[in-house]
Amino acid sequence: MPEKKLDLLQGTLDLMVLQTLAAMGSLHGYRIARRIEQASGNAVLLNQGTIYASLVRLQQRGWISAEWGTSDNNRKAKFYSITKRGRKKLAEDAAYWQRLSGVMGRVLAMQGEGGDL
Amino acid sequence: MSLWSRIVNVARGDRLSREIDEEAQSHIEEAVAQGRDSAEARRAFGSALRHREESRDVRLIAWLDSLRADAIFGWRQLMKRKATSAAAILSLALAIGACTGAFRLIDALLLRPLPVADAQHLYVLSRKGIDFDGKPATVDGWAYPAFQLMRAAVKNQADLLAVSYAQRMDLTYKSDAEMEKASVQYVSGWMFGTLGLRPTLGRLLTENDDLKPHAHPYAVLSYDYWTRRFDRDPEVVGRTFRMGDDLYQIVGVGPEPFTGTETGIVTDVFAPTMMHPGAVHDDWTWHRTLARLKPSAAVEPTRARLDATSRAFEEERAKGFTGMSKQDIEKFLDQTLVLEPAAAGASDLQSNYRVSLVALGVLVAMVLLIACANVANLMTAQASSRAREMALRVSIGAGRLRLVQLVLVESAIVAFVSGALGGLFAWWSAPFVVGMINPADNPARLFLPADWRVLGFGLALTLGVMLLFGLAPALRASAVKPATALKGGEDPHTRRRMMHALIAAQVAFCFLVLFVAGLFSATFERLSNRPTGFVANRLLILDTTAQRAESPVFWDQVAEHLRGIPGVQSVALAGWPLLGGGGWNGFVSVNGAPPGPVLAYFLAVSPGWVDTMKIPFTFIDGSDFLPSDTFPGAAIINETFAKQFFNGENPIGQTIAKGGAPCKVVGVVRDAPYRSMREPILPSAYVPFHSIDSKGALQPVRDATFMVRTSSVNPMALASILRREVPRARPEFRVSNIRTQAELVRGQTLRERLLAMLGVFFAGVALLLAGIGLYGMLDYSVLQRRREIGIRLAIGAPAGSIARLVTMEVFTMVLVGALAGVALGMASVRYIETLLYQVKAGDPAMLALPSLTILAAALLAALPAVIQAVRIDPVAMLRAD
Repeated sequence: MPEKKLDLLQGTLDLMVLQTLAAMGSLHGYRIARRIEQASGNAVLLNQGTIYASLVRLQQRGWISAEWGTSDNNRKAKFYSITKRGRKKLAEDAAYWQRLSGVMGRVLAMQGEGGDL
Repeated sequence: MSLWSRIVNVARGDRLSREIDEEAQSHIEEAVAQGRDSAEARRAFGSALRHREESRDVRLIAWLDSLRADAIFGWRQLMKRKATSAAAILSLALAIGACTGAFRLIDALLLRPLPVADAQHLYVLSRKGIDFDGKPATVDGWAYPAFQLMRAAVKNQADLLAVSYAQRMDLTYKSDAEMEKASVQYVSGWMFGTLGLRPTLGRLLTENDDLKPHAHPYAVLSYDYWTRRFDRDPEVVGRTFRMGDDLYQIVGVGPEPFTGTETGIVTDVFAPTMMHPGAVHDDWTWHRTLARLKPSAAVEPTRARLDATSRAFEEERAKGFTGMSKQDIEKFLDQTLVLEPAAAGASDLQSNYRVSLVALGVLVAMVLLIACANVANLMTAQASSRAREMALRVSIGAGRLRLVQLVLVESAIVAFVSGALGGLFAWWSAPFVVGMINPADNPARLFLPADWRVLGFGLALTLGVMLLFGLAPALRASAVKPATALKGGEDPHTRRRMMHALIAAQVAFCFLVLFVAGLFSATFERLSNRPTGFVANRLLILDTTAQRAESPVFWDQVAEHLRGIPGVQSVALAGWPLLGGGGWNGFVSVNGAPPGPVLAYFLAVSPGWVDTMKIPFTFIDGSDFLPSDTFPGAAIINETFAKQFFNGENPIGQTIAKGGAPCKVVGVVRDAPYRSMREPILPSAYVPFHSIDSKGALQPVRDATFMVRTSSVNPMALASILRREVPRARPEFRVSNIRTQAELVRGQTLRERLLAMLGVFFAGVALLLAGIGLYGMLDYSVLQRRREIGIRLAIGAPAGSIARLVTMEVFTMVLVGALAGVALGMASVRYIETLLYQVKAGDPAMLALPSLTILAAALLAALPAVIQAVRIDPVAMLRAD
């Protein structure tokens, strides 16, 4: 039986999408979803439809932009790319996540040796 | 995604859904192309519908979208019943339009501040007291010397401005042959500076242009006149024109929005007060006085100071009065000065039409309420027929607010379509009403801008109307209880109670409108049927002026020349026409006795005037003037004069004297109104046109009027010929204005005609709307009670009892409404008393007419419903359920 997949924390999907677009340039929805799954080593549980809600949200805030184009398989698809404001937001959120995961790591690494309490 | 794109997306909701679906579709296809199983790909994608809804809600504004859906639904509902919707919209549009139109008029005439600095600190000075005729009166005319004293007295509290009554005057830019009329106002030179006005061109008048009598022939044109007369020619500054004996130089053009302080008249030319011949006379009251209070000054102390100054001036002046008893002088001096706000300017049009316009405003507001009640009843009836639909909506989870929105949106469509149509109506109707205020030669000119004030009023009105007729039905519809409604209906009486109350209110308002319209029409009818004592038809009035005062002999020569023109029956001279606004009065002494307290009115006329006017002599031994008669010397008096001063004795041969001028009465003529049709006949004396001074020399005359009786039914046909012939008789004479006597008589009832016409129109509309409302209500109640009626018929109820059953409640409401209307009418009539003439509100006829009209309308409206009720087929009815 495979290991149980990770549920996504609130807000993390948006960050993943931004990072994906920042790293890969212009992509359409299916590719974004696939990239996230691949990058996470198929470890996250991604209801692929939710990626669109995230894309709409990001677009509404002006962090990504979208235009219709043709995919590799010669299909009509909407291509998303990150905007300048999106990159700024990504940098902020990435720094926050680094700090948070660092703190989480340290806290979870805590052992009983202190013992004063 | 911006707010704008979210709003735009509301309008293209279908396309948005398609795009979202397309993207989802391409996602799945992409997955399949990558070798995934189609079913698995779909599963991984999740619920497409949910994603669509979520994406949609982000991309557009959800409430706006639901509003859009409701609007479309509401529109379809309205289109389903085209006739009723159209009737509702048209009646509301008419009412909203009329109200907005009335607001435009009231705003433009009474509310809108003048386009000057600190208009809210402007006041107009007038005096309240008892006039010479013994009636309470408020006078806003001032003598210039009094003005100068008052100005000095309050110079620390207020800036006083003298502004003459606007006058239509003759002026010429070239030769006398090209005389034209312009509306002229003599104003204090410092007025422009005090009001913070800046010139468009050249300069404005200053205090230095207003120092010495007759020394500053400078004029400023209004922007409007500059545009109309000179097509905005920048070269106009420096040009000259002649007005009277003076050559004026144009020094500048005023600011665009400023048309003078006399609202309702657009001033063309401003000249300094010092150029007015009355500037040096202490007994000529020829200008208004405006005061602009300084920010630090309080109203009451300033008023008291002005009052004391004015009183001191009049007391000083009264010392020179001769021939007046002490009591009369005291009565004359007993006046109080009042300061009234004049932010909107001060004009006769305001005082003449203030009450009328407000009364009209109330009438149209009543019509609007009636229309609202109609639509509310309509909406209620409709909502009740949709009770099942509403119940269904509630059952599947619609919230109460959502239902209120659903119904209100429908009301909003009705309100806003009506509002837009009403705006068009107001756009047309307000200038139309102003156009009817057109006394001969001097039509009212009122600027009626359609700006944010009017727009704001219209919008507020539309919204208010929407809530008024839409909210109650919406709340009621949303309060539906699914269980009861789906089971077969709730208690029908609750709904009907509200509708009944609305019917009563409608009838009450309708009664008020009819009642007031009746009073107005009766006033107009009585006033226009009042005998004039002369024959106005075929009578032409030629106001004529000479370059300088000319001997009356020359005036006679011109009259003689005119008599020779074909089509002219007779010609006479007079100082001014009857009912023309001119006046000359004084106290009279009889046979050398001291003068009495009653004012008599005088008019200079030539021999033949009585004949030309066709005023009959009442004493057989009386006769017309001889060509040799002069003033002082002879007089013809009217019956009222004879009654007043001779107590029924034969006045012929007796002597009357005005001041020191004795005249022998040579004839008595029938009464004719002197200056107004509304007032009682004044004691009047006609004296010879040839006036002599104490040495017996003939006095020259500058302005006079030729009265020309023509043989043609349309006297105006001769106008251009006569205008040409006057200077041909003597080149220094010129006709400045041609009117007909009939026009002057009509002008006397202008306001009454306007009120009667509009009153009757709106009474008709009110009656029609109330009738429709009643009809709709009865029709609805028959529809609702058809089961009950069917059963009653089946068990043998006679037709009469069915008719009673159907109409009883409603007619009770009509009665209640009518009684409330009577009370309303009686209470409101005292506000319009000044507009009425010989009409009493308590007059049974005045109350009976609207009552009977409403009753007849109610019967007519009830007839179809009763017929329908009686014709219900019990078998078909009961089988249907």
